[in-house]
Amino acid sequence: MTTTAAPLDVAALRADFPILSRTVRDGKRLVYLDSGATSQRPTQVLDAEKAFLQEHNAAVHRGAHQLAEEATDAYEGARQRIADFVGADFGELVFTKNATEGFNLVAYAMGNAATSGPEAARFVVGPGDEIVVTEMEHHANLVPWQQLASRTGATLKWFKLTADGRLDLSDVDSVITPRTKVVAFTHQSNVTGVINPVSVLVAAARKVGALTVLDACQSVPHSPVDFHELGVDFASFSGHKMLGPSGIGVLYGRRELLETLPPFITGGSMIELVKMEGSTFAPPPQRFEAGSPMTSQAVGLGAAVDYLSVVGMERINAHEHALTVAALEGLSGIKGVRLIGPQDAVDRGGAVPFEIEGVHPHDAGQVLDSLGIAVRVGHHCAWPLHRCLNAQSSVRATFYLYNTLDEVDALVDGVREAQKFFGVA
Amino acid sequence: MQLQQMYQEIILDHYKNPHGRGLRDPFDAESFQVNPTCGDEVTLRVHVVDDVVKDVSYDSQGCSISQASTSVLTDLVVGKPVGEAFKKMDAFVELMQSRGQIEPDEDVLEDGIAFAGVSKYPARVKCALLGWMAFKDAVARSQGAA
Repeated sequence: MTTTAAPLDVAALRADFPILSRTVRDGKRLVYLDSGATSQRPTQVLDAEKAFLQEHNAAVHRGAHQLAEEATDAYEGARQRIADFVGADFGELVFTKNATEGFNLVAYAMGNAATSGPEAARFVVGPGDEIVVTEMEHHANLVPWQQLASRTGATLKWFKLTADGRLDLSDVDSVITPRTKVVAFTHQSNVTGVINPVSVLVAAARKVGALTVLDACQSVPHSPVDFHELGVDFASFSGHKMLGPSGIGVLYGRRELLETLPPFITGGSMIELVKMEGSTFAPPPQRFEAGSPMTSQAVGLGAAVDYLSVVGMERINAHEHALTVAALEGLSGIKGVRLIGPQDAVDRGGAVPFEIEGVHPHDAGQVLDSLGIAVRVGHHCAWPLHRCLNAQSSVRATFYLYNTLDEVDALVDGVREAQKFFGVA
Repeated sequence: MQLQQMYQEIILDHYKNPHGRGLRDPFDAESFQVNPTCGDEVTLRVHVVDDVVKDVSYDSQGCSISQASTSVLTDLVVGKPVGEAFKKMDAFVELMQSRGQIEPDEDVLEDGIAFAGVSKYPARVKCALLGWMAFKDAVARSQGAA
């Protein structure tokens, strides 16, 4: 990839996203600062989905007719392009319905290991074993591990946060021990944008033979990510946060692991041989894709990674960094605004959570909405993180390639407006 | 402006000066309710004597809408027979689920009519009902215990 530092031509990019030119709430210009929840789709993605449905639609991996062949090629072709995009091999990507299903797939498959063959022994978790997570996790990479622990009798442990919302890694060896079977952690916090040192955690996990499971939902859409380079064992991310469709997620698993991991959801398409007495299973990734899979969604996600590749992940990342710096500066200049988490943009993606003294986040979000500004309010599926940082909930602005400095200014002005409305300015 | 329609002065007044706030004794039952999307929470106690709501006391954390509606709730139900209190609750729930299509009855809902504008915002209806769900649950518990 040529990493020219040429800034993005945001105006030209925005023309690819029809929704960004609509108005909301009585003619207000839409300022969409909620891409961390879901991103918008460019016409290139929408067109790819439509073209697939109009020209090639058929069930994949079954049927010998021409459409079935074309549909299968489109589906598997998308898998290849997505694999290239995240530094993985073709057979290492499993399509799921969303990222949450990816985490559950690994957790449930590990739960199934105890009753599977000897090849699955390394996945068995039981009493005396430990599962490690962090206080920073989205519920999607926390609750499945709590559940696995309670089903198997394993112990759940976690890394705590520092006062400014980063992972407290001062005592890695007391958290990750020879008893640790899994270390599940996020690459980039969905609330604070904090980017975690993957290499430190991967090294600590490897030292004790533990598996690593990475939440890549907020990193893959916003920065160059190479799973082989990161050295994680599993990773999960979603299509709808990276300009792609909803209804599709991707689970990455190192080839040798997927080859011995027991299945989670079983049924059609994932089998090798079925007899009344029992069945054997297909090799990965098919073993983990039971039933009729999503098709136009896979094609759409393939188009999304094509789009992102053409724009360039380095440039997208630099652009979002500039927006984040501007937002931190603008918001920290307002009396009564408390930035939650790190106060700076070091090792941080494009997410800025904050509180306004005297204005509940829900009410702040309502004022911003009345101005056409879409942000997320609440705990953003990261309740423990909010507790750690002494916030009941927060307002969160998140940025993507199509956002502008003007929109950051609109946010800052909107926060002042909220203070005025509630009489706390 | 739409915002003023939603945040009526009455709502902002109740938010800034909530009625009946604080947890008190005696009480017969307590309910804890939480809105899982935003983390807003309320702990609410009821004291019922001879089928009359003698006191409603509460401790809560939440947005202006949830705080104000709990404050209005205490005005509406304290001193009323349980049956009448539940009728007011039904009227309030119906109003909140109306998407702005119902003309509320001030004789029944008093300050509660100010929430008509909130009903146009589906994302905020849960906020307005949080305290009421706690009230309903607490009364049911008090009756179960009796």
